[in-house]
Amino acid sequence: MTINFTMDGQEITIEQGKTLLEVAREMGKDIPTICFHEATTANALCRICVVEVEGQRVLQPACIVQAGAGMKVQTRSEKVIRARRTILEMLASTIDLSEAPEIQKMMDEYGASSSRFPDAERRESDVKDDNPMYVRDYSKCLLCWRCVQVCAEDAQYTFAINFDGRGFDTQIGTFLDKAIPETSCVLCGQCVAVCPTGALKPKREFLLEQGKTPDEISVMNTGRKRRKEAR
Amino acid sequence: MSEIDLTPIKSAIESYIPLGRSGLLPALHAVQKIYDWLPEEVAAEVARSLRVPLADVHGVIEFYSLYYNQQVGKNFIRVCTDPVCALKGADGLLSRLCKQYDVEPGQTTEDLSLTIEQSPCLGLCEQAPAALVDDDAQTNITPDFHSYDLGIPRSLVYGSIRELTANCGQGTTTLAKYGEYAAYKKALIMTPEAVVAEVDKASGLVGRGGAAFPTGIKWSGAAKAQSDLKYIVCNADESEPGTFKDRILLLDDPHRTIEGMCIAAYAIGASKGYIYVRGEYPYIVPALENALTEARGAGYLGGHFDIEIRVGAGAYICGEETALFESIEGKRGFPRVKPPFPTTNGLFDKPTVINNVETLCNVPLIISIGSAEYRKIGTEISPGPKLFCVSGDVVKPGLYEIPFGVTLRELLKMAGGPSTSLRKDRKSLKAVLFGGAAGAFATSEHLDVKLTFEDLRAAGLPLGSGVVMVFDETRDIRDVLKRLGKFFAHESCGKCYPCQMGTQRQMEILNRVASGNVIEHDFVRLQDVGWTMTEASLCGLGQTAASAVLSAMKLWPEIFTEGYIFNEPEIKAKKKLTPTSALKK
Repeated sequence: MTINFTMDGQEITIEQGKTLLEVAREMGKDIPTICFHEATTANALCRICVVEVEGQRVLQPACIVQAGAGMKVQTRSEKVIRARRTILEMLASTIDLSEAPEIQKMMDEYGASSSRFPDAERRESDVKDDNPMYVRDYSKCLLCWRCVQVCAEDAQYTFAINFDGRGFDTQIGTFLDKAIPETSCVLCGQCVAVCPTGALKPKREFLLEQGKTPDEISVMNTGRKRRKEAR
Repeated sequence: MSEIDLTPIKSAIESYIPLGRSGLLPALHAVQKIYDWLPEEVAAEVARSLRVPLADVHGVIEFYSLYYNQQVGKNFIRVCTDPVCALKGADGLLSRLCKQYDVEPGQTTEDLSLTIEQSPCLGLCEQAPAALVDDDAQTNITPDFHSYDLGIPRSLVYGSIRELTANCGQGTTTLAKYGEYAAYKKALIMTPEAVVAEVDKASGLVGRGGAAFPTGIKWSGAAKAQSDLKYIVCNADESEPGTFKDRILLLDDPHRTIEGMCIAAYAIGASKGYIYVRGEYPYIVPALENALTEARGAGYLGGHFDIEIRVGAGAYICGEETALFESIEGKRGFPRVKPPFPTTNGLFDKPTVINNVETLCNVPLIISIGSAEYRKIGTEISPGPKLFCVSGDVVKPGLYEIPFGVTLRELLKMAGGPSTSLRKDRKSLKAVLFGGAAGAFATSEHLDVKLTFEDLRAAGLPLGSGVVMVFDETRDIRDVLKRLGKFFAHESCGKCYPCQMGTQRQMEILNRVASGNVIEHDFVRLQDVGWTMTEASLCGLGQTAASAVLSAMKLWPEIFTEGYIFNEPEIKAKKKLTPTSALKK
C-alpha cells in the first residue's frame, strides 16, 4: 500500500512501512544518527535524529517512527536544530569525542560549542587493557548500547557485558567489573566493530598508536597465539 | 569470601525459579534479606538458578538503589531529604544522625551494624520529617531525634467527601469490614463490553497517576486485543515527591484496589494481575498479602484470575508503565519506545491494562452507583472525586478527598492555610508546587483556580498525581529547585541522551543557583537543557524533569541570576535561534 505524506514541504508517495529515517535517506536528506546501526535493534535513545511531526506533542525519533499517511514532517526546523545542538553540546561536555569524527562533524554543522557547559562533570574512566583482543576506554563511550546489543540478542548471545550504575553514571561493564577473560566473552570482536567512538579498539591498533611497531607487537604475545589460549 | 554459606539460598528462592528471569527481583530481595547485601557468590547462585546471564544480574543490581553489591549494615536508616522533609529540618536530622554514629551519609558503621543513607521522597510527606528504619516508617521526627512515630505510618485523611477514602484512617480494613465485592458482583451480571462502556465515556474516568489518560481507552483497547493471555497491572510504584495517596489507599483499604482489578480483569478478559508496590513501602506488603488471601478465600480471586504482588527496589522510573513492565520481567527499568502501546504489547508482550491505585479505586464506585450518579461528583470534563496530597507549610497536612472543582483557596483553607510547622503564626503563601517534582509552581495569583483538569490546564498547571506542596513566604525556592534537580539526576534511568545528561547538567546549574555562584549564560543554558529534555526525551520522566524548573524561571527569573553581575541581562540576551551553517544547502 502506498501512502502520501510531506517531508520538509515536499509531497512524497512511498510504500507503507518505512521509517522517517529510511525515507529521508532515500531522498538524500541528512538526518544525523548516533545510536542507530543497521545491524542492531533501534532503541531511539540518542534522540539526535528527532524531527518535528505536526500534531505531535514532542519531537519524534526518525529512526523508529514510521511515515504515516498525511504526516507533515520537518527534518530541520528551529526546534529540531535546538534539540540536536544541545544534545551534542551535552555530549561534548561529558565524554571524549576526539576519536569520533562523525560527531565532531555534526557539532560543526549544528554550531554546537564543545565548551557550552563549563564546570561540568565528565564521565571518566581508566583504560581497561585486560585481554589480548581489544582495549576498553569508557571515557570515550557515549552509551549507544550497540556493544551490549551485539553481545546479546542482536548477534552473539554471549551476554558478557551489561550496564553499571544508572542515569548519568551509567557505564558499560562486566559482572562486578571482572576482566574480560573471566567473563563469558568469546572475543568475537563484534562489539569493537560497532563502536562509533573508539571506546572499544582492537589491541593491535591501540599498540600501534602507542608507538609500537608491528614486529614489536607480534612478539608481545597478543594476537593469534594468545587468542587460541584464551579459548 | 569463601566462607559464605550458600545453602539457605535454595529454599529462599525456590518459588521464584519457575518464573525464570521474571523472578529476578523477588529472588534478589529474598537473598538480600538473608545476607544483608548481595555478595558475588550469592548473585552468581541466583543467576545460575534463574538462568540469567551474570552480566544481566549485575546490570539489575546496579540499576536499583535498594540492591547492594557491597557490604552494608545489618540495619538501615534512610532519611528523606526531598523538599517537604527538608522544610521540616531533614538535613539537620541527617547530619545529627551521621555524627552520632560517626559516618557520612551512604556509609556503614565499622561494626557493620548500621548504614545511613539519604533517600529520595519516601511518600511520608504529611508526617515530615521522615525516615525509613529497616521496614518501618519513622515519622514526625523532632530535631533532637527524641520523639517520633515508628512502625506502620498513620493515615491523615481529610476533605469534603469520603468516597474513595471511606475506609481510610482507621487501620487496614479487613474483608469482613469491607463487605462483599458488591460492585464486582454487579459487574459480573453485566457483559464485559457494558463494564468497559461504563468506565469509558459514560463515567469519563481518566488516570490518576499523573498522565490523565482516559481509562476507558486503555480498557477497550486491551479488551479488543486478541490474545491467549492478558494482564491487569496496578501501578503502586508511587514515587513522585510529595505523593502519598496510594500508600494510604493500599494500606487502609486494599480490597478497594483489588476489587477494581477484579472488575478490570473481567472487563478485558485478563487472567493474571500484578500489584507493583514501590520498595520504600515495605510495611504495606503484609497487609496487601493478607487482603489477597482473604479475597482468595472468598472466591474473588483464584483460578480464573489471581494477583501477584511485586515489590520494586528503589527506582522512580519504574512508575513509568513500560519501565514497570521491564522491572516485572526482571530487567533494568528502562522505558520502552512507544508504540507499540501496552494495550496490545504490554507486560511479557501481551495486551495489558496498567492503572494507578487511585484510578482502580474509582472503578468499584463507578460500577456500584452507576456512571450517571458518579458524574454528579466533580465537573463535566473532570468527573469524580480526587485525592490531593497536601504537604509542606500548612497547618493540617494530609490526604484530602474533594470533588473536582474545588478551588485551591478552598483546599488550602481546609488544610488550615500556610503556616510554618514550628510556629503557628500565619505566614503568607509564596508558592505551591503542583503535581510534584514533575509539576509546576503556582503562586497566590492562582488561588482561585478550580482544581479540575480543564481549569488547571488553562492556568498552565499540571494536576499530576495530586501533589499540593505548600511553601510560605520565608522559603527559598532555590533550595527547593536544588533538591528537585538532585532528585531527577538520581532517578534518570540513563537510556536517552537528553535526560541522561540533561538531568546532570540541570542539577549542576541549579546547585550554582542555590549557592549564588551562577556563571555567565547559566540562565540560557538552563533553558536549553530544560527545553531539550522536555521536547526530545524518550519518556515522561525526561519530558517533565525540567517542568518545575522552567515554571520557576518564568515566575522568578531574578533568582536564577543572583550572585552574577551582568553587562547585559542574560534574559534579554536570549535570541531567536538561527539555523546554522549546515543549513545553507
